[in-house]
Amino acid sequence: MSESASEAAVGLARRWLLPRSVLSGVLCVVAAFAIGALLIAAIGRDPALAYLSLFEASLGSTNGLAETAIRTVPLAFCGIGIALAFRAGVFNVGAEGQLFIGGVAAAWVGLQLGGQPQWLVLPAMGVAAAVAGAAWSAVAGVLKLKFRADELITTIMLNYIAIYFVGYLLHGPLQDPGSPLARTARLAAEARLPMLLEGTRLHAGLLLVVIVAIVAQLFLWRSVAGFRLRAVGHNARAAENTGMNVKAALWTGFLVCGALAGLAGFSEVAGVQRRMIENLSPGFGYTAIIVALLGQTNPLGVLAAAVLFAALQIGSTTMESAAGVPSALTTVIQALVVLLLIGQNALPRLVRRRAVSGS
Amino acid sequence: MELLADPVLAGFIAASVRLSIPILLAALGGMFAEKSGVLNIGLEGMMLIGCFMGFITVHWSGNLWLGAGVAVLVGAIAGLGLAFYAVTLRSNQVVVGIAFNLLMLGVSAYFFRLAFGSGTAAPRITPFAPLDFGALGQIPILGPLLFQHDPLTYLSLGLVIAGWLVMQRSTIGLSIKAVGEHPEAAETLGLDPIAIRYAAVAVSGALAGLGGAFLSISATGVFLDNMTAGRGYIALAILILGRRHPFGVMVAALLFGAAEALQLRAQLLPVGVPLQFLIMLPYVLTIVVLAVSATRSGAPAALGQPYEKGGG
Repeated sequence: MSESASEAAVGLARRWLLPRSVLSGVLCVVAAFAIGALLIAAIGRDPALAYLSLFEASLGSTNGLAETAIRTVPLAFCGIGIALAFRAGVFNVGAEGQLFIGGVAAAWVGLQLGGQPQWLVLPAMGVAAAVAGAAWSAVAGVLKLKFRADELITTIMLNYIAIYFVGYLLHGPLQDPGSPLARTARLAAEARLPMLLEGTRLHAGLLLVVIVAIVAQLFLWRSVAGFRLRAVGHNARAAENTGMNVKAALWTGFLVCGALAGLAGFSEVAGVQRRMIENLSPGFGYTAIIVALLGQTNPLGVLAAAVLFAALQIGSTTMESAAGVPSALTTVIQALVVLLLIGQNALPRLVRRRAVSGS
Repeated sequence: MELLADPVLAGFIAASVRLSIPILLAALGGMFAEKSGVLNIGLEGMMLIGCFMGFITVHWSGNLWLGAGVAVLVGAIAGLGLAFYAVTLRSNQVVVGIAFNLLMLGVSAYFFRLAFGSGTAAPRITPFAPLDFGALGQIPILGPLLFQHDPLTYLSLGLVIAGWLVMQRSTIGLSIKAVGEHPEAAETLGLDPIAIRYAAVAVSGALAGLGGAFLSISATGVFLDNMTAGRGYIALAILILGRRHPFGVMVAALLFGAAEALQLRAQLLPVGVPLQFLIMLPYVLTIVVLAVSATRSGAPAALGQPYEKGGG
């Protein structure tokens, strides 16, 4: 291990910045869809009809596009957070729980501040969600850095705990008075994100997530802290030898991921549901792991991957009703994309190795 | 001494054993993979596919043992798939495991929907029934602990003993451990680290598949989407708590079975604790256990590190 941190950084840049990585991502998506088509054909259904109805529903109309954009927001928030954590070498699988904690914090603040001006209420809700999400993620950070407990397992356990804890709050102290349902009261108008497009549900969370993606991209590739983060994630020992603060980089990975996942909860609460509900997320935090990988852990790439996965999810129910293909096929395609991507990234190395040992 | 004969206590003990078996089998499987140096994050997905394939086989054939066998086979195949990535392609084992889990989630939901449609009536099978040991089953504590279970439970306990014999008392176990500690040295001893890792991950998949099948063909008689609900991940924690030793793993799994049985029973009693806090119990316990035991885990030296023939 004589690799220095600067060499590590060059290696990273070569690996992630070349357009080849974009091309390989597209290839894997195409291949995954092709395998999906075989699965559809194998059960006697029409792949063309299935895919056509899928994308017609998600991209073929203004409303479909708006719904896809709405779905993109939480996936991209969580995905960018997870990507930054991965870059730091932190396998934070806890975005799902951090999203729930952020959502409930945003709703609570929104309910407390109802009646105040919107410029005050919305930022307060956003900050509360980000802080709460980061705090939840910090639990796993403490467990890793103080007790050396693997964050992969602790964050997954914390997901379950967060979801049940929020369930308790919504059945108990925060329950909408006079409603039998597990949800908070409706947020006042000041506590809701403005709408972007007349006649659709598209909300300002989309602008926020685009800004976050750009800032994250600049942070990662244009700031000293971003460089440190990448260096630590790539080779912690080499980074430490060059005098970098490894702990600080790991903490950044935990906290930024938690904060962004918390913002995903905020945008769902303030932009879509207009209250906190028990089923705030259909697994956004888990899907976002795959989104982060497909986006090659580049914030802007993650944003693009989030659009694709949002379209898949929005179109999947239409595909089920129109073409008789179970909507779970989109989950299969999502997993295949990653497996192909990992395989493809490993293959050149494998081939090179064979060639060397054969000569 | 009345407590010892209390039917509530007896039921609790029996349920603790029943609930611990799926985690026990997956953790035992995880032990083989980890001892050989491969981190099997895919246990969750392998359990789920075993759970699904076991159920569907029994539904079609009516043969419970055939279902268990198919679950073992499918789990082993999934294990070979993961080994291809982890061992041959030398991919990041965490990423591959997560992707495998997602794939199994999608595949099982896809084919379940195809096989049974989206009707409201969930298909059912008749699960394994407990064996009848007569008077033995009525012994306080020991009865519900040992003599009120179905054949799959006894098979699982047999597998723990077999796992112990293989790992601690056979050359196979020695080879697996050598590969997990120092693959280069193992190779100079004439062992094939690649083949051994493939085999160990396949065995871990087979055991996880059987553990998953236990949920559908022994404990409940139904299959639900995402039925394993994180048990594969809990098994990874159990492995650390049990110090990657078959009997340690068994005791740790029993602890978690007890936590789950406790929360199920407490739900029925007026204990004054909100339901959600009771359901959290096993997950909180996992975290506490990890925090307490992770620092002295004694993991194999080469765990999670891909091996390249001839040094790399």
